[in-house]
Amino acid sequence: MSVFLLKRFLTFVATLLGASIVVFLALEILPGDPAQVMSGTDAPPEVVENLRRKLGLDRPPLERYFAWVGGLLQGDLGISYAYSTPVGELIAERMKVTLPLALIAMALTTIAALALGLFAAQRHGRLGDVGIMGVSQLGIAIPNFWFGILLILLFAVKLQWVAAGGFPGWEEGVWPAIRALLLPAIALATVQAAILARITRSAVLEVLREDFVRTARAKGLSRRRALWTHVLRNALIPVITIMGLQFSNLLAGTIVVENVFYLPGLGRLIFQAISNRDLIVVKDAVLLLAAMVVAVNFVVDLLYAVIDPRLKAHDV
Amino acid sequence: MTAAGVTIGRALRHRSFAIGAALTLLLVLVAALSLAWTPHSPYELDVPNRLRPPQAGNWLGTDSFGRDVLSLLMVGAQASIIVGVVAVGIGMAFGVALGALASARRGWAEELVMRLSDFAFAFPAILSAIMLTAILGPGMVNAIIAIGIFNIPVFARVTRASANAIWAREFVLAARASGKGALHITLEHVLPNITSVIVVQGTIQFATAILAEAALSYLGLGTQPPQPSWGRMLAEAQTMMFTRPELAIFPGIAIALAVLGLNLLGDGMRDLLDPRLRRSR
Repeated sequence: MSVFLLKRFLTFVATLLGASIVVFLALEILPGDPAQVMSGTDAPPEVVENLRRKLGLDRPPLERYFAWVGGLLQGDLGISYAYSTPVGELIAERMKVTLPLALIAMALTTIAALALGLFAAQRHGRLGDVGIMGVSQLGIAIPNFWFGILLILLFAVKLQWVAAGGFPGWEEGVWPAIRALLLPAIALATVQAAILARITRSAVLEVLREDFVRTARAKGLSRRRALWTHVLRNALIPVITIMGLQFSNLLAGTIVVENVFYLPGLGRLIFQAISNRDLIVVKDAVLLLAAMVVAVNFVVDLLYAVIDPRLKAHDV
Repeated sequence: MTAAGVTIGRALRHRSFAIGAALTLLLVLVAALSLAWTPHSPYELDVPNRLRPPQAGNWLGTDSFGRDVLSLLMVGAQASIIVGVVAVGIGMAFGVALGALASARRGWAEELVMRLSDFAFAFPAILSAIMLTAILGPGMVNAIIAIGIFNIPVFARVTRASANAIWAREFVLAARASGKGALHITLEHVLPNITSVIVVQGTIQFATAILAEAALSYLGLGTQPPQPSWGRMLAEAQTMMFTRPELAIFPGIAIALAVLGLNLLGDGMRDLLDPRLRRSR
């Protein structure tokens, strides 16, 4: 394994460790005693005390931190206070909504952005380019939750093609489930596609000006062939960097968009767990989201090495 | 024509800058006007006149409490501007200081600042903001703090990168040779030379802060009633979607125009202040 990859891997582990400390500390100082909240405001003190002991809240913070992380490493995510079910099961259930949602949104983003970005770059300075750049500027300015509401207005209220929200579950079949995720995915993807299309366009334009592209064209390669064989691969580095960041944004964006469409995903779980003071769920779910973000960035680093062998050779 | 006149003329001919400046000016003017005058009081409930369609007296209609939508939108601009200005101010103050420190000290200070900002980027902004407002409690001040904290690493990175380029310049070498210390050089030579980069970034972050405030308020974690905010207007409008769909349109347009204006203004300023960048965009 090259030094580059080893370094990236160590950073990956250190970031995860740091994230677990931050999440734990942040929720330590959260006001409101979860035992008090769960047992109700007028519960007798001994009941609250009992519950606190049962939840392990009477132990010192350091001990609780190690118990939590130790449990996570063994795949034991603890028991939710509010739902009284293992957090692992709870999160797995919600991920069945959030992960497909983020993946569909990412797929839509990539397809739309690469197509529009390449198209605009090829028509640099002409009407198609100016039009796409104008629309993308608008796309960046639109809040994803508002775009979600607009999609509901059009497709659920006006045209009545789809329900205004909710999720039938995968048991009802793949198509109804995907249909329920389609509008939220479009709402999430629009902003990201607008950003990525601009990045793709400028990356392609940048590479098109390089000497080796001129050489390739001088050797008789058609514009299209030069674009596909020489330009695209070289333009991919900035595009993939942004895509990695965007997947994180999409995952985080699900918190808001799941609330717009009443989808029972991880985002809504976090949101509800915060208001229920269901700390163990918040800790696990937030750490999981952060871990996914860090993991995606790690994969992006690995992809750099594949796309640009110079990085591996230099062992930067 | 004077030099200033030439500069202003060049700026106004720049399409992004002109449109962006006009939209941003509109946002500021509406917010300023709403301090002195609105068609109706945005706090006055008038239940018999609830959910009226747009008409004379209520140009954009009334909401489910009978409040005038235009007045709510005008006052809502205040919340966006306050959150944007203060959150970006927090991010700029701490971020620029950290970035300048990293650049002036190099070595472990730079490593520490950069690793910390890498780390901050591992937490998506909206997730951190939701967690922070959950910890501190919902409200405008806490939303500002949450958004401001996320802005710190953004400014730290931008400042360090541009400051490093200035530190490599010959006039800085001359200043060092004449015995000036790192703090002196940073204040006298480095910061004045990177002001434009920071101002441009500040404009873009302002737009991001408006979006974040709207999202937090939509979720009920940001600006609290009765203070009007565009995000909460959208949340309220969503419950009325089948009876008065247009209520969900106006606040969204307001957010989009404000964000569009600031983004265009930032892009335009970047082009005008650094012509070298124009080629690649």
